[in-house]
Amino acid sequence: MLMETPDETLALGAAGGDRAAFAALVTRHYDRVFGLCWRLTGSRAEAEDLAQDICASLPGRLQGWRPEARFTTWLYRVVVNAAHDARRRAATRTRAAAGWGDWELARHDAMAEERAAQDWLAQAMQRLSPELRDTVALVLGEDLTQAEAGAILGLSEGTIAWRMSEVKKRLRAMAAEEAKA
Amino acid sequence: MTRDDDDLAALKAALKAGPAADPAARAAALTRAMEAFENSAPATQGTASAARSNPDRPEGAGFWDGVRSMFDALKLRPVLAATTSAAALAVGVFILLPQAQVGLPTAIAPQTDSAPVNPAAADETVEAEVVATEPPGATVAPTSRKLVAEPSPMAQATPGEEAAAGSRAALAAPADAPMAESFAADMAAPVIVGTPAPEPMLRQQENTETFANAPANPVKITAEAPVSTFSIDLDTASYAIVRSALTGGFLPDPEAVRVEEMVNYFPFTLPPPAADEGPFRPTISVMPTPWNPGTRLVQIALQGRLPVINDRPPLNLVFLIDTSGSMDEPNKLPLLKQSLGLMLSELRPEDQVAIVAYAGSAGEVLPPTAAADRAAIMGALDRLAAGGSTAGAEGLELAYQTAARMAGDGEVSRILLATDGDFNVGIYDPEGLEGYIARKRDSGIYLSILGFGRGNLDDAVMQSLAQSGNGTASYIDTLQEARKVLVDQLTGALFPIADDVKIQVEWNPAAVAEYRLIGYETRALNREDFNNDAVDAGEIGAGHAVTAIYEVTAPGSDALQNDPLRYGQAGAAQGATGELGFLRLRWKAPGEEVSTLLETPISADAPANEEAQFAAAIAGFGQLLRGSVYLNDWGWDQAIALAEANRGQDAFGYRIEAVNLMRLAKALSAQ
Repeated sequence: MLMETPDETLALGAAGGDRAAFAALVTRHYDRVFGLCWRLTGSRAEAEDLAQDICASLPGRLQGWRPEARFTTWLYRVVVNAAHDARRRAATRTRAAAGWGDWELARHDAMAEERAAQDWLAQAMQRLSPELRDTVALVLGEDLTQAEAGAILGLSEGTIAWRMSEVKKRLRAMAAEEAKA
Repeated sequence: MTRDDDDLAALKAALKAGPAADPAARAAALTRAMEAFENSAPATQGTASAARSNPDRPEGAGFWDGVRSMFDALKLRPVLAATTSAAALAVGVFILLPQAQVGLPTAIAPQTDSAPVNPAAADETVEAEVVATEPPGATVAPTSRKLVAEPSPMAQATPGEEAAAGSRAALAAPADAPMAESFAADMAAPVIVGTPAPEPMLRQQENTETFANAPANPVKITAEAPVSTFSIDLDTASYAIVRSALTGGFLPDPEAVRVEEMVNYFPFTLPPPAADEGPFRPTISVMPTPWNPGTRLVQIALQGRLPVINDRPPLNLVFLIDTSGSMDEPNKLPLLKQSLGLMLSELRPEDQVAIVAYAGSAGEVLPPTAAADRAAIMGALDRLAAGGSTAGAEGLELAYQTAARMAGDGEVSRILLATDGDFNVGIYDPEGLEGYIARKRDSGIYLSILGFGRGNLDDAVMQSLAQSGNGTASYIDTLQEARKVLVDQLTGALFPIADDVKIQVEWNPAAVAEYRLIGYETRALNREDFNNDAVDAGEIGAGHAVTAIYEVTAPGSDALQNDPLRYGQAGAAQGATGELGFLRLRWKAPGEEVSTLLETPISADAPANEEAQFAAAIAGFGQLLRGSVYLNDWGWDQAIALAEANRGQDAFGYRIEAVNLMRLAKALSAQ
């Protein structure tokens, strides 16, 4: 029964101290949180840590939750913001430690059959600025509309559209380079 | 197009094919979540972990917009760079800024009390954040500890957590051990222990540009808010950025478009003030709105007194030149040398020039030299070479010292800072830097900023520094533009005739039911700021013209955006309908403390000429680029036709260039 209850109801229950509701909510959404973390950071270890930190912070954050936005929209915003925090700290600790950079180092150890696809993804993502990566992770990775992605990132739909056209441009340039090589 | 779609589909597929969540990690996360839930049960509500005043809150849309617009108004790169969630620290820091400098802090103030925060916990958290993010040697602003800042998820880490973080990473290691190790090491050491970070956080924004902007001004109802107050803005950087984007073959980022700067880029023929008038003269015109038959455009144009070139006081110029490695591109340092060379020939023998370069460390390249000694100055310019990183703050200090040394009675001193916006080493305390510039402004030394190149242009810092330094921010992409900025407008750019120019318009509800200020989003002032001489505003230089455009709707018009209130009291409208509103202008003579007031009614009967029509076309151009919702089905063709029909004399070809840019934009937006 509990699994079919809408997110919003569960969130309200959790905010009110309903343990079962909170457990159902976190269980239901962990994979989604982890998936977006991975798309935002490009590193499995980092995504797992980030997802765990987000889960641990949810009880506190839910205290302030009001059923005005869809729960998933709200949750995406939490994840994007947490990823930004992490990125900011990463930049302070060392110059080159953005997740997709880690990936570049780690990819030599990646399993052989995954390698080609991952290389391409890492290359493509590295070519994008952090802002474009966020946008791509939400629009392509999470199948959100540009309006939804805009709501999560606090930007207008037009800005998201513009960013997606930038992404196309970079990919086109990358394809052109590949064709030359 | 299909090619693009294939690329996007491939990227999408690759993103979708991400690793499945690891069951162990999942279980661990869920366990942590439940522990956290136990600890945050209603019994402990009201501690720092509960009810966070956080941009993440769902009702945050409104709150967050407020934060955003405040950040945008502040236009400091680190704030923009730190992205949404950095708000925890940044919000706190800015809340306590004096109103005089910020201009907008009231927007945020009411939000802070929504977070019942355990003071001890908040203090600790702020401390941790500061330790983690401040580079070595930086001074922590004393205010930052008093903040009601709230912990970000990771900052909540208890002292034991670094070990946990390390072991979590290690647990996840089997697949890719080297990465996990380095990750754990990175995590554990600097973040928690606070080992001095090798690079300040600004570095992360490499190869990105930040733009200062705010959401478009909304339609306001005269009965509710009859008064509109803002500071003039003479910057033109936005237009040059738009041009550089369009000629480069892509539409500019909507955030990069500031409509008022696009309009003010163009020289307009306006009547100059008479000899016995103030330093500038307002010209008001009213015309039907091109994009909305139900509304009218009211233009308020200020024309500064035309300079008497022969009588101008001697000039002391300090060129502060960024010679960081990133300047080593044809459209940066070499263009800058050419530009300054052009300007040199316009100077007089009694003027003085000094050159300070900054990159890694700042140094005086040319001591104060009379402009007559052209060979020495050109030689020093030619010797400049790019290399090293940028230390903006240090360079500025040296430039101010040099300028102070050169200053003499009745002379005008100005620093021209030429940079590609690479202000990333040396500014540990951006507010402090802005404050420093603001204090120097009071000593009579002005600061103007010339931006070069694209790629890491930092429009936000350029804007805020120029604004603090009573100067203008311009963007130079071609030698042609250098001529416009430095030579044609040398007098205006270099001789201020009025400081802190503020505009306040009170609309007459009998004639104007709704109004909307087009542009000037980043220049809004509070109503009470108008009479407060301590509040800084924009400057007008000799010969400058500046235009503000309102779109106004008459009562009873079909074009009204808001329905009348059912229960509201119909305010008894005062005043004749022949008067649309009342214009008040305040300014200070350069160096004066007390402002002068100029008042004039806005007559409904003020026909618009060619100049005003062209300004309207450019305002439409800017709004098209921003994706404005107010244009109805007015599009590129109409904008082009309107601009084309009102080109006027256009001796320098600025207007035909704009028409061509519109054509380019039309083609690009059709793609």
